[in-house]
Amino acid sequence: MARDKTSSLDEVIGDLEDGMTIGLGGWGGRRKPMALVRALARSDLKDLTVVAYGGADIGLLCAADKVKRAYYGFVSLDSAPFYDPWFAKARTTGAIESREMDEGMIKCGLEAAASRVPFLPIRAGLGSDVSAFWEGELKTIESPYPDADGRTQTLIAMPALKLDAAFVHLDIADVHGNAAYTGIDPYFDDLYLAAAERRYVEVDQLVSTAELVDAVPRERLIVNRMNVDRVVHAPNGAHFTFAGGYDRDEAFQKFYVASAGDPETWAAFQQRFLDVDEATYQNEVTAWHAEQQEEAR
Amino acid sequence: MSENTTDATLAEYCVTACADIFTGAGEIMASPMATMPLLGARLARLTNEQDLLITDGNALILADTPAIGKVGPVEGWMPFRKVFDVVASGRRHVVMGANQIDRYGNQNLSAFGPLQQPTRQMFGLRGAPGNTINHATSYWVPKHSTRVFTETVDIVCGVGFDKVDPANPAYDDLNIHRVVTNLGVFDFGGPDHTMRALSLHPGVTPAQVAENTGFPVADLDTAPVTAAPTAEQLKLIREDLDPRSFRDREVRA
Repeated sequence: MARDKTSSLDEVIGDLEDGMTIGLGGWGGRRKPMALVRALARSDLKDLTVVAYGGADIGLLCAADKVKRAYYGFVSLDSAPFYDPWFAKARTTGAIESREMDEGMIKCGLEAAASRVPFLPIRAGLGSDVSAFWEGELKTIESPYPDADGRTQTLIAMPALKLDAAFVHLDIADVHGNAAYTGIDPYFDDLYLAAAERRYVEVDQLVSTAELVDAVPRERLIVNRMNVDRVVHAPNGAHFTFAGGYDRDEAFQKFYVASAGDPETWAAFQQRFLDVDEATYQNEVTAWHAEQQEEAR
Repeated sequence: MSENTTDATLAEYCVTACADIFTGAGEIMASPMATMPLLGARLARLTNEQDLLITDGNALILADTPAIGKVGPVEGWMPFRKVFDVVASGRRHVVMGANQIDRYGNQNLSAFGPLQQPTRQMFGLRGAPGNTINHATSYWVPKHSTRVFTETVDIVCGVGFDKVDPANPAYDDLNIHRVVTNLGVFDFGGPDHTMRALSLHPGVTPAQVAENTGFPVADLDTAPVTAAPTAEQLKLIREDLDPRSFRDREVRA
């Protein structure tokens, strides 16, 4: 019988150290491991490097001053006003070091790490300002095989994006770390886990293995237990991004953005929604929606 | 052959100019990133480019060509990671937006100001470096101004023609095909791959384009008027693709 990896959010945070490189799954405003991100934001950990197709996950970690360096292809909330306010503030104040890159380069770097090779060649990045962002860390590689016309291709040597830890949110899993997505897109979550030393999955539904494999077609079982160290049952954990079972909470996302506009409103947001444990967060979100409905009347 | 019409709006000229971006594209994926080029790609698919692949903007390949905002029958799956495979294959034509474009086609949608401490943060580089180095790329600019068309861009996201290393075959597929704006249609067929006017929309003068562009535009004085939409195109735009006139939200008449 395989190990039961069921854990709390705090147990995950307890595994981590200052200065780690952490990969965050999902994409922009989609199926982000927000429960783990919230736990990280309220922890004492600091000087983190994050790797992500960024959204409000990076934003919340910037708001909590946890990010030293960020590797990303974009940061987007995916719906108006699109730009994350806390990421923008961290950038315009020079608070974080950016290793911005083409979106395809993140996939390439995670694949290199997953395959334990030091780099993979890729065209994307050539001729653009990616190299300037990387300040000498990004090198090129010349092909040992000339093209038919005798010229030789020189490509970006995308370094392996080796992660100390990966956080992903999936829709359904068993206690051993077998897991599946139920929405339209797996994003890159299996790659984040394969590229990391310590692998953490939060899930909306925790079921038996038999229930899991009955619930989804085989092709959706993108994660197996070899690549998972802890499983956290976090219903609605991707909130306010969307997941397979629920939509993005557009109203709450707008409230997050509006709250960031002013120190006083942010202090109120932080006190109510961030300086609290996950269960309280979820209760307060429900209460907030009830208040909004009340006001609309 | 449908007769050309004269009562088309500026937005309808822009849609047909965006459709013309895909003329001759064949069986590739059309990836428009805004309303106007989305309407253009669907118009092309309903007329002369029936083999184009289009998606719902998320992960589904659409079998039919529905109105904007609608989904219909699906013919395939295109999650993000498979999009990157398509990008690398070259079988794609993207139409991106741009906060800045220079005369060689370098484009910025990342941020304004210094790389490590910008004055204004936008999206980051997104897929622009990979798009431009791998396959045909065009741009849609709803408000043609000197703020967009600048002497130099702050951050090179989309690669321009002056960055090409002719000794390195990895640059061979760089192809900045068109720029369509509310003033006209452009490409980079001027001297040394500089921006050139192909046509100006009705009522737009060369002086108006020159005034709103931060660098000289080749062939500006000899550019013809943009071709009017045909009656068939207008019907498809007005009745089938955009009955609620989303196109008018992107350009002012």
